[in-house]
Amino acid sequence: MDNYKTLTIDEIQQGLCSGSFSAKELAQEALRVSEAENGQYGAFLHFCPERAIAAAEQVDADLAAGNELGPLAGVPVAIKDVIMTEGLRTTCGSRILENYVAHYNATAVERLEEAGGVIFGKTNCDEFAMGSSNENSAFGPVRNPVAPERVPGGSSGGSAAAVAGGFAPVSLGTDTGGSIRQPASFCGVVGVKPTYGRVSRYGLVAFASSLDNIGPFGRTVKDTATVLDVIAGHDANDSTSANVEVADYSGALDGDVKGLKIGVPKEYFADGLDAEVRAHIESGLKLLESQGCEIVEINLPHTEYAVATYYLICTAEASANLARYDGVRYTRRFDDPETLDEMYAKTRGDGFGAEVTRRIILGTYVLSAGYYDAYYRKAQKVRALIAADFKKAFQDVDAIVTPVSPFPAFELRAKVSDPLEMYLSDIYTLTCSLAGNTGVSVPCGKTSEGLPIGLQILADHFNEATMLKLGDAFERAGGFAIA
Amino acid sequence: MKITEKEVRHIARLANLELSEDAITQYSKDMEEILTYVDKLNELNTDNIEPMTQVIYDGSETSTMRTDTLGSSFEQDKALREAPLAGAGHFKVPKVIER
Repeated sequence: MDNYKTLTIDEIQQGLCSGSFSAKELAQEALRVSEAENGQYGAFLHFCPERAIAAAEQVDADLAAGNELGPLAGVPVAIKDVIMTEGLRTTCGSRILENYVAHYNATAVERLEEAGGVIFGKTNCDEFAMGSSNENSAFGPVRNPVAPERVPGGSSGGSAAAVAGGFAPVSLGTDTGGSIRQPASFCGVVGVKPTYGRVSRYGLVAFASSLDNIGPFGRTVKDTATVLDVIAGHDANDSTSANVEVADYSGALDGDVKGLKIGVPKEYFADGLDAEVRAHIESGLKLLESQGCEIVEINLPHTEYAVATYYLICTAEASANLARYDGVRYTRRFDDPETLDEMYAKTRGDGFGAEVTRRIILGTYVLSAGYYDAYYRKAQKVRALIAADFKKAFQDVDAIVTPVSPFPAFELRAKVSDPLEMYLSDIYTLTCSLAGNTGVSVPCGKTSEGLPIGLQILADHFNEATMLKLGDAFERAGGFAIA
Repeated sequence: MKITEKEVRHIARLANLELSEDAITQYSKDMEEILTYVDKLNELNTDNIEPMTQVIYDGSETSTMRTDTLGSSFEQDKALREAPLAGAGHFKVPKVIER
C-alpha cells in the first residue's frame, strides 16, 4: 500500500467497498508503518496487533456478508494512553502506571469500536495529561513529524504526531487546557475540543474533572466530525455527561458560511504574539471574509486572568484526582514499606514526575486550610467572569477566531527550565476550557521555517456544528495552506 | 508571595509525597514564582460573584442520580487484578492499627 499515509475516512470506506484493499491489509499496514518509524518520533507507547487484526477481520467479514458497515469501519485509530482500553496497558505516560492494564473500555473507545474502528496502538503523552510539549512523559518525549528536533506540543503530542506522521488517519486525544488544540497547531493537523460534557469522560483517567475532554485529531475537518458523530452523546456512566441531543456534525459541513458573524477578541492579538502567527491568522480571517463571513471586533475583558484561574483550578482538581495513586490498588508500590504512610509517600514520591509533583503541591496548597478561600474559591469566581465574557460575546457572534499558540513548535528542551513561562503560553486555549466551550484548531499555513500554524475557531456550548462548518469551509477555500 | 521550605514540607506531608532536599528547594522557588503571579486575581473585586461550581448548567443536587437499585459492577477478581498485593478478596497493605 503506497497511499496509506494520506487516506481519509471516505477513501478508506471507498477502498474497502471497491475491494482495493481489505480492512486486514489496512490494519497490517498501520502497524507496519507505525512500528517502523516509532523509533524516530516516539508517538506510540504500545501497539495491540491482536486486537487490531481481530477488529479488522470482523469488518472484512461484515463486508463479505453484505452487512451494514459502521461510519468508522476499518479505520485505524490511535488512542491517547490516558484513555482506558480493556486488556491493554494504560500508563498515562507515568511510571506509577507503567504496568497497569485497564479492566474496562472508556465509553468513547466502546463507541469507536462499535462503529467499526480498528484500534491499533496507544499514544505517548505528557504524564497524566499535564504539559504543553510532550516532554513530561516518563517514557521519552515525542518528536514533531514535521520538524523532528522540535516538540509536537502537548499533552496529546503522541496522538497529534500519529496523524501528522501518517500513522493513523484519526486519533483520540484529550484537552483540559488546550492539549488537543495546541499539538494540532504545532503538527499541522485538525484537533477538536468538544463542549464539556459532549463526550463521556467514563474511562478517561481524570486530571481535572471540570475541565477534561476527549476529542479527535484528523487530517481533515470532516474526518474529525465523523469521529465526533460516533463518540459524542450522553452516557449514564458519566454524571457530567450532557443530556443534549447530538447534532449531525459530518452532515453540517455544507460549505455555506455566508452571513456567519465571527468575533475577533483584541485581547488575543496583543504583545507576545509571534509576528508570523499573527499574519497568518489575519490572512485566515480575510479568507473567511471572502467566503461571506462578517468579521467583528469583540472584547473578552477577563482574558488576562485566565492563566492564573486555570492553574489554580486544574492543580487543585489534579491533587484530588491523583490522590488515588498510593500504592494500594494500581500496580506500583514502593518495595517493602514499614508503615502505611511510608508506602504512600515513597510510592508517590518515586512514581510521579517533576511536573505532576509540582502541580500536586500547588493544588494541595491551594486547597489547604487557610488558603482555600483566597485561592481556589477566588479562582472559581473569576472563572464565572471568564465564562460570562464568552456567553455575552456569543450573543453577538456565531464563532470566535483566535491564534492557538503565541508561537509555533519550539525546540526540544528549549522551555523546560521555567514552568510559569510554559503555563503562560496556554493563554489562547485555556480560556475556552474554563468556559466549557468547544474549540477546533485547523492548519493555517506555515512559518518561513516551515513550522505549522493553527487557527482556532471557538463556538458556544453544543454549537460544534457551526464551528466545524466554518473549519470545513476554511479548508475547502484553501485555508490550510495559506502562505 | 514568599513560600518557605517548611511550608513545602508541610504540603508534601499533606499530599503524601516524599521529596528529596533538592526537590523541596526547587518546588519552593516554583511555588513562589507561581503564587506571586496568581496574586493578580486580587485585582478583581469578586464580592458579588458566585463561584462557578458547575460548568455547563446549574442542576439540582439530585439531577444526575438514578434510583438506588443494584446494577452490574466488576467482579472482585477483576478489581483486584492490578493490585500490587492482594489476598482473600482484599487489597493488602502494611499494618494500619498498632496493637
